[in-house]
Amino acid sequence: MSDAHAEHAEHHPTWSTYWKVALILTVITVVEVMCYYIPAFVATPYFVPTLLILSAVKFAIVVLFYMHLKYDAKLYRALFTGPFLVAMATIIVLMFLFGKFAIHLSLLT
Amino acid sequence: MTATAADVGHGYTTTGLPHRKIAIWAFIGSECMLFASLISTYLIYKGRSITGPFPHEAWTDPSTHHVYKAILNIPVTSCSTFVLLMSSLAMVLALAAVENRDVPKHTLGDRILGSSKLWLFATAALGATFLSFQAYEFTSFVHEGLTIRTNLFGSSFFTLTGFHGAHVTAGVLWLLTMLGIDFKRGLGPKDALNVDIMALYWHFVDVVWIAIFTLIYLIK
Amino acid sequence: MATTVAPQTPPRTADEPTGAWSWFATTDHKRIGSLYLFTALTFMLIGGLEAEIMRTQLMRPNQHIVSAELYNQLFTMHGTTMIFLVIMPLSAAFFNLLIPLQIGARDVAFPRLNAFSYWVYLFGGIFITLPILFGAAPNGGWFGYAPLTTKTYSPGLNIDFWVIGLQILGISSLAAGFNFITTIINMRAPGMNLMRMPLFTWMSFVVQFLIILAFPVITIALVFLLFDRFFGTNFYEIARGADPLLWQHLFWIFGHPEVYILVLPAFGLVSEVMPTFARKPLFGYPVMVYSGILIGMLGFGVWAHHMFAVGMGPIADSFFAVTTMLIAIPTGVKIFNWIFTLWGGSIRFTTAAMFAIGMVAMFTIGGISGVMHSSPPADLQQTDTYFVVGHFHYVIFGGSLMGLFAGLYTYFPKFTGRLLDERLGKWHFWVNFFGSNLVFFPMHFSGLLGMPRRIWTYDGGQGWDTFNFLSTMGAYLLVPATLILVYNIWKSMKSGRIAGNDPWGAGTLEWSIPSPPPPYNFAAIPRVTSRYPLWDVKPPLASTPVPNTPMHSETPAPTAAELGIPMPYHTLKPLLTALALPIMFGGLMLMHLENKLPHYIFMYGGAAMLVGCLYWWLTTPLEPEHHHA
Repeated sequence: MSDAHAEHAEHHPTWSTYWKVALILTVITVVEVMCYYIPAFVATPYFVPTLLILSAVKFAIVVLFYMHLKYDAKLYRALFTGPFLVAMATIIVLMFLFGKFAIHLSLLT
Repeated sequence: MTATAADVGHGYTTTGLPHRKIAIWAFIGSECMLFASLISTYLIYKGRSITGPFPHEAWTDPSTHHVYKAILNIPVTSCSTFVLLMSSLAMVLALAAVENRDVPKHTLGDRILGSSKLWLFATAALGATFLSFQAYEFTSFVHEGLTIRTNLFGSSFFTLTGFHGAHVTAGVLWLLTMLGIDFKRGLGPKDALNVDIMALYWHFVDVVWIAIFTLIYLIK
Repeated sequence: MATTVAPQTPPRTADEPTGAWSWFATTDHKRIGSLYLFTALTFMLIGGLEAEIMRTQLMRPNQHIVSAELYNQLFTMHGTTMIFLVIMPLSAAFFNLLIPLQIGARDVAFPRLNAFSYWVYLFGGIFITLPILFGAAPNGGWFGYAPLTTKTYSPGLNIDFWVIGLQILGISSLAAGFNFITTIINMRAPGMNLMRMPLFTWMSFVVQFLIILAFPVITIALVFLLFDRFFGTNFYEIARGADPLLWQHLFWIFGHPEVYILVLPAFGLVSEVMPTFARKPLFGYPVMVYSGILIGMLGFGVWAHHMFAVGMGPIADSFFAVTTMLIAIPTGVKIFNWIFTLWGGSIRFTTAAMFAIGMVAMFTIGGISGVMHSSPPADLQQTDTYFVVGHFHYVIFGGSLMGLFAGLYTYFPKFTGRLLDERLGKWHFWVNFFGSNLVFFPMHFSGLLGMPRRIWTYDGGQGWDTFNFLSTMGAYLLVPATLILVYNIWKSMKSGRIAGNDPWGAGTLEWSIPSPPPPYNFAAIPRVTSRYPLWDVKPPLASTPVPNTPMHSETPAPTAAELGIPMPYHTLKPLLTALALPIMFGGLMLMHLENKLPHYIFMYGGAAMLVGCLYWWLTTPLEPEHHHA
């Protein structure tokens, strides 16, 4: 087996990074749940996009920092991002095909 | 006679990266499509169940007049979500502990951070806690009248979260195996790759839950 | 020291393992490739027989040679067999045999996982094929549309076999996908950057990504159907609000990339065969690479062209029509590049070359009918008729299979050390070419005249009779063609002309080592400086390969031990782990019995066997410990 130390040679997140990420994850989750309990906000068209963005941030920081993708070889980024984009595109196209975006479109007109 | 011979030893790789890490990232990419199919189906069938119970609103069965409350329990699931997120922190610390086993530790804090057994155990325990929350959730939903057969919501919800839970279970077993090896012969820098692979899997399972929690629980 | 007497047998190293156990426990990619090849050819005979029976039934109107129910089983199994048990495994045979050799590697990244993939294929193939002997074969079409395949409309065991069989087979392909992705990324010889990789390896690389992205989707579609059938869920229960299109979308999101999975490896083989026998490099290598990648990517965006008749609405129809038309562009580009590869070359019309050229012609015809489908209004006339049957047989039989045959004739000598007989090969080619055109061309006409697919019989006088008769005659011609191939393989393995390292004067790395290769492939990993390393040393037009002149016998190649190369252990663990899958899934099927005991034993026992074997496998090292770098 080839040596595995090569890719950890450069930047290495420290304990400080790790607990900060954990803190951000906790705070965002709390914010998300709080949003859920504000009926006035839930009724607006901003509720869903806000939640999606917040979750996307959580997703991204776990992937970038905990899964090390920010610090690791670019190859891993490609191996993950490609399929991830295909998966996103599939969900979105299926939503269109099953008429799930009709409501949103009417909001734009 | 063809190209000249290259001076490569056994274990040569084109990229200098380990096979297993490349394979696990490809696997994670594939799993994105697996969960995308499950999540898409849930979203497609959202709001299309003919009968209740429903996730976010109460429902009265017209034939029995039994009132079913909204099935999803946001406070409980928020706790389990938090638990799973913290398990990722524990996982990351476990990996660091394994990698840094041979670094001298001077303070108590360093020794705590550097105990791979502690953090592997913590990750597994938090994962098992998440699973207990899921088990509690599932059984209470069944008591409240929602099974996998009840309606489209039941089928898609239990299948999606069940698949996720199965992935968590496999991860917990993997963690316990690693912990067992740590007790048996110790885990050190030469095991870092294997612990890293396991960690990537674990974090991915967490990340899928982030998506599920938002799309299924929080968005009505 | 050279002798002047022709050697009677191909060279072997002294430590080449022999005996049945060495095959069951092999982790050698070359052996695994041979296993795939012969298993796939066997399934080809079975699938072919199913086709012959169907064509006999359809030869004339209103025949009753088989019942409607048996006919349903025949066309379902013919499609399922040919796609999942023949074409994909034939491609897998070449992935295994060729990829490590083409990139200058000693094996794949995960040799035991590789063996596991083969055994899962074998067991899954047996699982899904055996039921036809009991009249319980899958009967819902190879694409198993729900709700037809739900318990309400398909109450028997047939579809259970289909769902579970395909789940098992999917595991085989996925495992191989991860294996070859890692191998191609990480085991290329020094100097072989991606744009120097042989085109077969490139196309295979694209295909592995298609596999790992498409198979999870059908896995979930099948899970939903399995759960509906076994656990009473509602995914395809219309009465509970399910959408009748869910299955179709999920299936075709897999199904369309699947057809590129079927054809791209054959494209890759043709891209190796053409330069070899035209004795000049492939025309437009970078374009061939990019078009392959583009076909793969676009292949994920066209799936609903299989659903133009379901009423998705004009926006969806137009979107998928446009993407489908677009995908014709990179495909057409390849056709031109192959033609330009031949142009100006010094062509040797060996059997392999003829299959490659025939492939280009047949695939072009299939591509033209394909593009005709891309227009939704036109497709409304063509869909679900024999026009489509004609289309896909031109591209799969005329395209994939003929490309694979071209690869077989080219590479058989590399792996057996003996050449296939050229005279028999030419007969195979011509009878096959004539026969296949006679079967499938008339289908365009009967299709446009309205003959539906999947009908077990038809009334005469609708204008279809002659075309059906001609098709059946063509089908009958394919029988001797196939028998000639089988005979050729059998005879050549025993007494074919010895091939030597490089009977064709080809340019890529696999031809630089003995035929058959020693277990470790390369005594020394080469350093690569171009796309055709062997032609740097000996330019193609200058080389006069003389397959009919006996090669000098050489001293036997050194053993791995003599060269200091650690080889992976032989092990039965992949086979045993694979065996757990049909046991576990078969146990699930026993759920329907009165006595639940066999169900619990097989299902939980199988699961325990799976977990146990996995633990055993993962905690055993692959090869003897050597000093770590």
